[in-house]
Amino acid sequence: MLGHIKILYHEGKQFIPDVTTARVPGIFRGRPVISRTKADEEALVNICPLGAITASPVQLDLGRCSFCGECARQFPEKIEFTTDYMISVNDRERLIITEGVNEPLKISPEKVRREIPRLFRKSLKLREVSAGGDNSCEWELNAANNVQFDMSRFGIEFVASPRHADGVVITGPVTENMAEALQICYDAIPDPKVIILAGTDAISGGIFRDTPAINRDFLNRYKIDLYVPGNPIHPLTFINGVLDLIK
Amino acid sequence: MKYTTIVNNQTIPVSQIPEIPYDAFFELNAGFVTDAPELHCVNYFGYPAGSKVKLICCMADDLHHVIHVSSCQVHPTDQLPSLASQLFCFEKFEREIHENFGIQFTGHPWLKPLRYAHNRKDPGQTIANYPFYSIHSEELHEVGVGPIHAGVIEPGHFRFICNGEQILHLEIQLGYQHRGIESLFLSKTRLSERVQIAESIAGDNVVAHTLAFAAAWESLCGYKPSPMLESARTVALELERIAIHTGDLSAACADIAYQIGSAVFGRLRTPVINFMQEWCGNRLAKGLIRPGTDQYPFTPELAQRLAEVLLRFEPEFIEMNTELFKMPSALSRFERTGTVSLANTTAIGSVGLAARASGLSRDIRSSHPYAGYHTLKHEPIVKRHGDVYSRLQVRKQEVPQSIGYVRELLKSMETSQTVATPPGTPAPGSLVVSLVEGWRGEICHCAVTDAGGELLIYKVKDPSFHNWMALAMAVRNNEISDFPICNKSFNLSYCGHDL
Repeated sequence: MLGHIKILYHEGKQFIPDVTTARVPGIFRGRPVISRTKADEEALVNICPLGAITASPVQLDLGRCSFCGECARQFPEKIEFTTDYMISVNDRERLIITEGVNEPLKISPEKVRREIPRLFRKSLKLREVSAGGDNSCEWELNAANNVQFDMSRFGIEFVASPRHADGVVITGPVTENMAEALQICYDAIPDPKVIILAGTDAISGGIFRDTPAINRDFLNRYKIDLYVPGNPIHPLTFINGVLDLIK
Repeated sequence: MKYTTIVNNQTIPVSQIPEIPYDAFFELNAGFVTDAPELHCVNYFGYPAGSKVKLICCMADDLHHVIHVSSCQVHPTDQLPSLASQLFCFEKFEREIHENFGIQFTGHPWLKPLRYAHNRKDPGQTIANYPFYSIHSEELHEVGVGPIHAGVIEPGHFRFICNGEQILHLEIQLGYQHRGIESLFLSKTRLSERVQIAESIAGDNVVAHTLAFAAAWESLCGYKPSPMLESARTVALELERIAIHTGDLSAACADIAYQIGSAVFGRLRTPVINFMQEWCGNRLAKGLIRPGTDQYPFTPELAQRLAEVLLRFEPEFIEMNTELFKMPSALSRFERTGTVSLANTTAIGSVGLAARASGLSRDIRSSHPYAGYHTLKHEPIVKRHGDVYSRLQVRKQEVPQSIGYVRELLKSMETSQTVATPPGTPAPGSLVVSLVEGWRGEICHCAVTDAGGELLIYKVKDPSFHNWMALAMAVRNNEISDFPICNKSFNLSYCGHDL
């Protein structure tokens, strides 16, 4: 008992008071900024292992980017990754960063279904389905509810049963072998329900987009309410994205 | 000679591996492991060679620090006597070869599909129709769990046969996570793509898998990484072990509803993975390791930061452990729960943390040293009881050990300069075996190149490949309510198994 009190004293307060202004340590690769500096565009396009960069104008698709930073290392004057972790959007097109444009990424309010803020503003229960996820995004989603990020203080929580959920969070490129289970889980969630894609693999298939072992039909069938880019996603990207969606 | 002998990360011409008839191949490899716990099969796989299938078996000798490689050629239509009929550790390997090529292994105890790979021989077999075992009795009932689990974890199906609350039998069906990793290594031909595939094999074991890939690739190219680069990679590997072991202790506390332990271990992990982000921009070290370069040099400033992080981390980690392991209510959940005997562990070819918790000293860091472990002289931590308690104790003791190794490495790596020598091109017609001890256990990557130096086959074996069977053994005769804590004490990888 005394030992526990000692530990509590040592630990102090661990939670991040304001998740919208918290700073991430080190050289975190968040929202990239592409300058208008002239660069060998062909070489730049070829450098990306995931084909996320296109030329004239130079654009970088965060839905396909694995945030490896190779482009920024080879073309430091052209591309720079900032520590801005607020990169969740509800419009797939907005994940495409164009050269010369340095604006924060935001939720487009006009594209949020009206019932989402009305019903889920104070409480959003989510069912997570890993469909070929490599356990990195799953890890960070668990971290989002540790004592530091403490996502549940906003009423956002992961629940065990789809029957208790208001939506589904999908990680991984959606494997053929998980396609049916994902559909069954989604069908079991009562209406209205949201779909959130967490991580590059879920948004575009990532490095797996060409393999015959995945089956992404499910994602073409429904409207996606939130895209959370990252490889893996950062807990702050997820929490802020969901908060913006339901506010 | 019936086989050739190599060491970890040694590239040899494939022509140097003697090809022997299957009978001799069977006898040789069965002979290696029979009554010899110091020998175990690190990989056994097949690949197409014209109309035939070439089988290669790699047998690691932990005592003499070598790997014996043997091979044979068979027809896909062949009926071959099963090694698994006598030696259980071959069970999964034969199922994989059967699934991919259709070879029948007669006498195999259960030649069921392994992971429903997209390029399987018989596409008619689907994951929805897995042939589960069942027992017909009015006393017994079945419990199915998954593929989607209650927590935020990966998918897999567990089928229990229970007598009341007691588990008689557990069958684990995997394959839901299959993404075609091994064939993707062949179809993506750029090194920058391949290294990202290696990073995605298991996202909680990024350093270990990427290191295994980098070491294999560098060996194929005849590239020797600098001692500084080797030390930096070793630091990263040990940091990964520290971070995940701490997270696992948090999860174990959560499973026994010990809230303070769960909270403290959970938050203790953060400074370690945040240091990874300071070093390479990613909390899970994605992007850190690239063959031939140290694109994120380990600077003296980083070394000092890391020393500070560990100085704060260690006493808090020890304090929480001391409290946890003296609480009778915690101990009563850990002790004698989920026991795997030494005999079973050895029979199924278990590796890594799970093997060491059951008294089987298997640790690549000491038995087949690589990177910085040539100089560290690692002594594996081995426990005897094979229960949840032992597996947690291994973690509890490995973390301070890893901190010690990191400190030792930090002393020796005070100067740092960026190395960026392109590794070159892989040698044609060659084979390499790369072994790395990740936090779960032994990771084995095998690559074979063709006459043009392109990859002919790339095989990945995660420690979970064998250790899932250890979990199935562990829960027998336990209460079904203890399944979560048993599962968490192993914390095996679904995607590492399914690939």
